[in-house]
Amino acid sequence: MIEVLSATALATVQDLGRRGAFKWGVGWSGAMDRLALAAGNIMLANAQDAAGIEAQVFPFQVRFDRRCTFVVTGADCTARLDDTPVLPWWVHSAEAGQVLLLRRPQASSWPASRAYLCVAGGIDVPVVLGSRATQLRGAFGGHQGRALRQGDRLPIGAPLRAGAAVDFGIMPPALAMPQTLAGQPAIRAMPAAEYERFTPQSRDAFWASPWKITPQADRYGYRFSGPTLTPIAPMELRSHGIVPGVIQVPHGGQPIVQMRDAQPHGGYPKIATVIDADLWRLGQAPIGSRVRFVETTWDAAVAALAEVDAWLVGVSRAVDLQQERDRAR
Amino acid sequence: MIDRRMSDAPRMSPLGTSALLFEAAGETTLETQRRIWALAAEAETWPEIEEAAPGLNNLLLSFRRPPMSLAALLQRLSQAWQSVLPLALPGRIVELPVTYGGEDGPHLADVVAHTGLSVDAIVALHSAPTYPVFALGSHPGYCYLGGMDARIATPRRKVPELNIPGGAVSIGGAQTGVSASAGPSGWNTIGRTSLTFFDVAASPPALLQPGDSIRFRVAKVIR
Repeated sequence: MIEVLSATALATVQDLGRRGAFKWGVGWSGAMDRLALAAGNIMLANAQDAAGIEAQVFPFQVRFDRRCTFVVTGADCTARLDDTPVLPWWVHSAEAGQVLLLRRPQASSWPASRAYLCVAGGIDVPVVLGSRATQLRGAFGGHQGRALRQGDRLPIGAPLRAGAAVDFGIMPPALAMPQTLAGQPAIRAMPAAEYERFTPQSRDAFWASPWKITPQADRYGYRFSGPTLTPIAPMELRSHGIVPGVIQVPHGGQPIVQMRDAQPHGGYPKIATVIDADLWRLGQAPIGSRVRFVETTWDAAVAALAEVDAWLVGVSRAVDLQQERDRAR
Repeated sequence: MIDRRMSDAPRMSPLGTSALLFEAAGETTLETQRRIWALAAEAETWPEIEEAAPGLNNLLLSFRRPPMSLAALLQRLSQAWQSVLPLALPGRIVELPVTYGGEDGPHLADVVAHTGLSVDAIVALHSAPTYPVFALGSHPGYCYLGGMDARIATPRRKVPELNIPGGAVSIGGAQTGVSASAGPSGWNTIGRTSLTFFDVAASPPALLQPGDSIRFRVAKVIR
């Protein structure tokens, strides 16, 4: 078990998301930074889609009630296990009774806002409609369908591989695959259905301006502030399916990017969609920071997804090598 | 005679590499919606398609893996749209007892103000039709319904309500619906019903599916 010690955590149990239930009105949910969760799981010899804890308010504190292997990925939270510093993206062991503390992310390492606590065996909450991710609106999945509270006790699954490697780390994707434009995170996006129905000035401004992430940014969506985006003529759309990454422009002209807990239907005009390969970058971008949107094409977006997959394959190889080294010792 | 291919040309646009949105031309009618259901049933058999989720006059196709060639998929989808026959899904009629007005229908007065109709007239018009379920979406178990009387159409609220309870019966523009769980809504809540629309332990988890219909029975009117 892992016991949550923090009072107002706003942390949730997440995996890579719940797919195939749009037709019942159920969105994807899942980790805001799917690379951090998938890589953390690979490092622990878990299935990539095992569940972990996504923390987004700090300090965040838990107690392990049995010996276990864990890794903290995503943001660098200058974590401590009791009094010992815990490196991010590094596999550690905890003894029963030890307390793990995650502190405010260090922007000096790499800008990020969410951390993932992955444990060998995964967080073993029940699979609901094919996933362990928390569905907040539907109040199911995760731990009792809600954000974690002080005193919650989460079961840990049986590790897939006994004696898996510990005491090694990998370079976080923010450093391994940096992507910036004029010093700001560059997020690639493809024009969406109503793109051509915005004024040419608005389209230019969308790509040319830095966009500030307002405090109205959470797992449901990020509201941005920047130049006003204006349609050529007012649009009335019928309700249609949308996915995380879709950038809607409501009447006020300030874009909203749909994130993992977004409802699966929308009706506002869509100017663009953040590509799947880059959504994790936005999932880590802190409130108050600025990002740039960079226009891309279908072919480039498919290639970008292959690069992300290749990075995860690289993580798998590094873990296998470490395992062999440990055995040879 | 109008060339069907021209008048019927759908719009198709990728949503990043995760999904493709297919939008049929024309009005949202039960006939078009039945073709959307037929297209969904066919597209779900294609290997690259994870799921085909109908919207109103449109269909969202999500991908297991994005297809290497988008053009080939678009062509296949266009051809399928021209050949599909309306799918008249067999369905049940579910009757929902509704308390109109009072605390359960805080925006009924706004519908009165907008339409100029009396409470009784609005309730009569709202409870008269059998509403076909066109699609599910917005939140788990929520149904988009067709067939509301245009005389009670009322624009969405300027400021959305932050927490409308589950079971809220509401009007948003020319549409009506019932919320399946508590959450924010920009629609005008005119009444309330008590029915569980979504149960993860059931299969399927949503009580209602496209093809089913809803009738609102007047349980009580609070003026």
